[in-house]
Amino acid sequence: MFRVTNDPIDLNELVRYVSDPEAGAIATFIGTTRNNNDGRKVIALDYEAYPEMAEKELARIGDDARKQWPICRMGIVHRLGPVQIGEASVIIVVSSAHRDAAFAASRFAIEEIKKTVPIWKKEVFEGGEVWIGTQTGQPFTTK
Amino acid sequence: MKIRIKFFAILRERTGRSEATTEIAAGSTVADLWRQLQGEYPKLDVPGIRLLYAVNQNYVSADHKLNDNDEVVFLPPVSGG
Repeated sequence: MFRVTNDPIDLNELVRYVSDPEAGAIATFIGTTRNNNDGRKVIALDYEAYPEMAEKELARIGDDARKQWPICRMGIVHRLGPVQIGEASVIIVVSSAHRDAAFAASRFAIEEIKKTVPIWKKEVFEGGEVWIGTQTGQPFTTK
Repeated sequence: MKIRIKFFAILRERTGRSEATTEIAAGSTVADLWRQLQGEYPKLDVPGIRLLYAVNQNYVSADHKLNDNDEVVFLPPVSGG
């Protein structure tokens, strides 16, 4: 399961999805919205994607993880639209026979997501908003 | 040839649209298209922005040659997670 969604992500559904009688471990990674960034008081994050390509890239990450570690099943769901403080923006779940592969694959997945998946986050903070990662060093303020 | 373009994030905001189509000479590259679009949408020129390029949902380099009816996206640095 590799997808983007406008709805809150259901962790239990993802854990059920990767459950496997061959698995001795399920690793879950949840990326959540933090209330501060770079000295700014963050109100929410607003995510936008190139959805068809984002899902293709998420699936590619799954394929690459499978080539490197003996994993049973894997799922990644990334949320789009406004995500409030404390809510999950991304959940990665991996099952494997032994724990090392599940930990390694989930770590790999979140690092790859941040590098290659066409998803963008706008930080809405007290006093303005800014696209994160749009420029080196200097955030580009649109208000 | 006809090219379809989608704009996301800061480029969508600066052009004020999420999609566009344009005509460009056969044999043109992604870089040629970017230069042409900057003429049509001067606000696309975001100082210091580092773009990646996708054609039909696959990453390509700036010298990738376009084909009729390709879907092209100029991707600002991604920031998911």
